[in-house]
Amino acid sequence: MQKKLQEITEKARQIRIETIKCIGKLGVGHIGGSLSLPEVLAVLYFDKMKIDPANPKMEDRDRFVLSKGHGGPAVYATLALRGFFGMDWLETLNRPNTNLPSHCDMQKTPGVDMTTGSLGQGFSAATGMALAAKLDKKNLYVYTIIGDGESQEGQIWEAAMLAGSRRLDNLIAFTDYNKMELDNYIEDENGLYPLDEKWRSFGWYVQSVDGHDVAQITHAIDNAQKVKGRPSMILLNTIKGKGAFFADNLLASHNMTITEEMWKKAVEQLEGEEA
Amino acid sequence: MELENRWLRETYVDELIRAAQDNENVVILEADLMKAAGTNRFAATFPERTFNIGIAEANMIGVAAGMSAMGKIPFTHTFTPFSTRRCCDQVTLSVAYAGLNVKIMGSDPGVTAELNGGTHMSMEDVAIMRNIPGMLVFEPTDSAQLRAAFPQIVSHPGPVYIRLLRRAAVKVFEDGCAFKLGKGIILRPGRDVSIVASGIETAEALDAAELLAANGIDAEVINIHTIKPLDTELLLESAAKTGCVVTAENHSVLNGLGSAVAECLVENLPVPMQRVGVKDHFGEVGSTEFLKEKYGLKAVDIAAAAQKAVVRKRT
Repeated sequence: MQKKLQEITEKARQIRIETIKCIGKLGVGHIGGSLSLPEVLAVLYFDKMKIDPANPKMEDRDRFVLSKGHGGPAVYATLALRGFFGMDWLETLNRPNTNLPSHCDMQKTPGVDMTTGSLGQGFSAATGMALAAKLDKKNLYVYTIIGDGESQEGQIWEAAMLAGSRRLDNLIAFTDYNKMELDNYIEDENGLYPLDEKWRSFGWYVQSVDGHDVAQITHAIDNAQKVKGRPSMILLNTIKGKGAFFADNLLASHNMTITEEMWKKAVEQLEGEEA
Repeated sequence: MELENRWLRETYVDELIRAAQDNENVVILEADLMKAAGTNRFAATFPERTFNIGIAEANMIGVAAGMSAMGKIPFTHTFTPFSTRRCCDQVTLSVAYAGLNVKIMGSDPGVTAELNGGTHMSMEDVAIMRNIPGMLVFEPTDSAQLRAAFPQIVSHPGPVYIRLLRRAAVKVFEDGCAFKLGKGIILRPGRDVSIVASGIETAEALDAAELLAANGIDAEVINIHTIKPLDTELLLESAAKTGCVVTAENHSVLNGLGSAVAECLVENLPVPMQRVGVKDHFGEVGSTEFLKEKYGLKAVDIAAAAQKAVVRKRT
């Protein structure tokens, strides 16, 4: 178990490095909200999810929807490391005719299950996937990540109400709770507190964990899978821009310009952390 | 011309049930308007394939998109303005941009929202939907046409907007008529002017042709049920023959059928053209007949527009 967690932690480190590299080489991008995701993506794609990189459309696979679609680069780094496509694809991020656009596109990227980018919408789609899986009595999970800023969208709560009311226990959602949105700290703009109570009152099973601790995330998913009759919300307490010195916990990290010197130094620092 | 003895929504529900019997992937989603659509009859037959998700139209479209991603063929319903302008971004991105296959039915188009009035009266739904890449826009004229179209809508591999009159339609087509999505229909051949009409305006156009005949004008009447993609071939053929065109629609003259026809003509065969439709204003409460009269959607209005087009052609 310990060894496995170490391996997943290592994968998260690699996802973080590849995310910084691919945005860095382009020179601009949503680095902040991408770097809060590597740990949960590592747990999902290197442990929990029933998927086949050789057959990305495998019928009864688990589904994943990044509702906060601007975190696309972290998903692409994960999919490349998991073998859905070559690592060289990462260098095409946002270049002309790329299959890896800023926001996730199911028609372009192998392994992407839903097109997202307009906030709030992916969460409804994930709810629809979970409903369809229940209808067909398919034994699969739908995983989805929403942003904390995204949770200001009314559509999130429309879907939350439906999933709670329909008792979709095959839906496991995460909130990337990094406490920041583009302009401000969340609580200074349109506060979500108390977020856990909000989800609980919508009929969800709610857990709150360190979003950068793969052991805690793994344990929370295990708990969620044991809960019957309720969808799960796992609040990931994260740090926006985590792991890149120029973005770490900075409001300015949402979408920033990155020089070669910056990304190379950040990658060097992360590579020095190898276990 | 006579009204059919059943509301058009009943045919819609008949066809939904038939489609669901033939194809296990057909499901329906409603936003608390099942009684308005008559789909509780579908729910009685297929309760597990009926999802009344409450008054949350944006979520309904998103949920339908997710179901489509799982292989379902979802049919959503709410009134036309809420199927289009209320969830325009969800229809555009979660459905069309994502390449998913959701059939979006909007009921009570234009003035047929009657006593629900301005808030429930969409004069711009066709405009919104035809600007979404990949969206097929279909407005059936009567039950025979809807019945003939339905299997093609189910098997069409992309999103479709169905602009559906709920009430009884004027009977225009014979039962069992040949029908192809995307192909317009010449209802009355003529030489002097082409009248191109959709939905409830089709019957008005036929009446207008009678009025014109009494004045020595021989009008060709074409029903365009598929507003997108437009049957440009038929349109240009008719315009080449008659030399002028009138459009008639239960919708704003901005960006609906009239605009689609104008775009085609101006780029290929600029001939005099007049548009009959709502002149850039909101709806209000009233019966269909009262509002048709008030907004200039009657046969006399179409006939007047046709006379104007014919005069322009000759000068």
